[in-house]
Amino acid sequence: MPGLAIEIENLTKEYPFGFLHLKKKTSLEGLNMQVETGEVFGFIGPNGAGKSTTIKLLMRLIFPTAGSARILGKPISDVEMHRDIGYLPEQPYFYDYLTAAELLDYFARFHDLTAADRKERVERMLKKVGLETARKIQLRKYSKGMLQRVGLAQAILHDPKIVILDEPMSGLDPVGRREVRDIILELKREGKTVMFSTHILSDAEMLCDRVGVIVGGKLRGVGAPGTLVDMKTQGMEILFELRGTSNAPLLSKATRTGDCYRLQVAEEELYAAIDQLRAAGARILSVAQVKATLEEFFTNLVEADGTHTSAVEVSGK
Amino acid sequence: MRRAGVVALNTFREAVRDRVLYNLVFFALLMMAAAVAVGQISIGIEQTVIVSLGLSAISLIGLLISVFIGVALVSKEMDKRTLHALLANPVRRWEFLLGKFAGLVLTLAVNTAAMALGLLLVMIYVKHSLERSDAVVLVAVYFILLKLALIVALALLFSCFTTPLLAILFTVGFYIVGLYVQELRNLPVEVMSPAMTAFTKGLSYLLPNFENFNVMAMAAHGRAVPGALILQNTVYTVVYCTIVLTAAAAVFSRRNLK
Repeated sequence: MPGLAIEIENLTKEYPFGFLHLKKKTSLEGLNMQVETGEVFGFIGPNGAGKSTTIKLLMRLIFPTAGSARILGKPISDVEMHRDIGYLPEQPYFYDYLTAAELLDYFARFHDLTAADRKERVERMLKKVGLETARKIQLRKYSKGMLQRVGLAQAILHDPKIVILDEPMSGLDPVGRREVRDIILELKREGKTVMFSTHILSDAEMLCDRVGVIVGGKLRGVGAPGTLVDMKTQGMEILFELRGTSNAPLLSKATRTGDCYRLQVAEEELYAAIDQLRAAGARILSVAQVKATLEEFFTNLVEADGTHTSAVEVSGK
Repeated sequence: MRRAGVVALNTFREAVRDRVLYNLVFFALLMMAAAVAVGQISIGIEQTVIVSLGLSAISLIGLLISVFIGVALVSKEMDKRTLHALLANPVRRWEFLLGKFAGLVLTLAVNTAAMALGLLLVMIYVKHSLERSDAVVLVAVYFILLKLALIVALALLFSCFTTPLLAILFTVGFYIVGLYVQELRNLPVEVMSPAMTAFTKGLSYLLPNFENFNVMAMAAHGRAVPGALILQNTVYTVVYCTIVLTAAAAVFSRRNLK
């Protein structure tokens, strides 16, 4: 059984507000979650759900109101633990007077690497994220996508065991997104643990061994994308062709495109529906299980959650 | 400590690339203009005028840099969120603060040294020679640098818990009050209650004493500065900066970044 890379226990973050800071808004409420070693874990939720708050708490950029967390068995207050962590902030911004090579060299200096090792790693990382030709340009001249690449490079520069990425696909074009996906998969092949937050659900479905869904500061579900979706998925879709007209009652529920119809029925009603359609003169083209996407599961949660609005307000604060 | 050094060198690089040292051009032009003017209007008091003007300019330029850049050292990193990626590395928050402080003091030292060199060159031009007693100018410049280090430490402290604008106001306020600490200490006791006297006296010891750093008059007239005062000011700066930076680290280590 793999060990735990990240353990989060009852993590809570409240922000005081008002003139005397007497009122409080809860951004994260009693989060309990584990990320296993070697897995790619997706942390998904709408804007303001508490994803970045959780990551910032793990990185000690903000401090919890209650609860604790451990990374690789060590408390997050241990600064030396950061040798084993790579972190890409959301919408990263770096020292714009530095070039990409200088920035990476600067960060590498905190990891006690020799000058030769630093140089070799900086070159390798720039090549990996496709910035070797822009290595001598100051970051103030970089596009958002290029900054995201520099951010990725600095996150994996020191060969960390755990890589935490906050919205890594944000601001990237389709090619850039695919490159980031490739890097995440490569990290997984190398045995690294990757935790990333996103609200692009197709990326999470494609990359993650497990996902955690957070809405309104509360964790609503953790599991493999398929498992989470199966909990909410029932139904079959029948695609059929029907020329002419028919009075079959099921036709009123079908969606028509020319002579083709698409009809969704419950699994237990499938055979009765097929019999009825065939009796009406329809030709069955295909029958497929309707598998709800992670997006539908996620949307259902968000819509069912009345706290979504307030969570967005907290983020806006 | 090594990590603080890495931050310090990057802070120095930032100052250079942000063209902070361009002020030296202004200083050079001012000194050249002064040298020409002094030759025409002053008879026998060239040294006094040149040294007073030069030291005032060094002090004022340094003051502007230490207040405005000192306050921005931390607040800019928090606002632009450049700190997020940095603190994800094995860097303690106090190491970051110490590095930023050392980086700006290094910048000020280079800047001040360049201006002092310019001042000495103008003195040579005006007097056609330098005497042993002129070394007091270097002592005055050293005292200015000590004063600037204190101001940077204060600016850092204030920027750790308040907005940049308020931090600038607090820093400038402390500097102005610090120039009159001796007066605060010697307020006439007959017009105040004993409690008030004790309060103002206590306050005068808490506030930074910038008065002791001002030896401009002695330098202008070529009078030597006692070695004891040099030692006293050095120790005072080290101790006061240590206390202020410790307080800044205590505040900053618990601060939530946005």
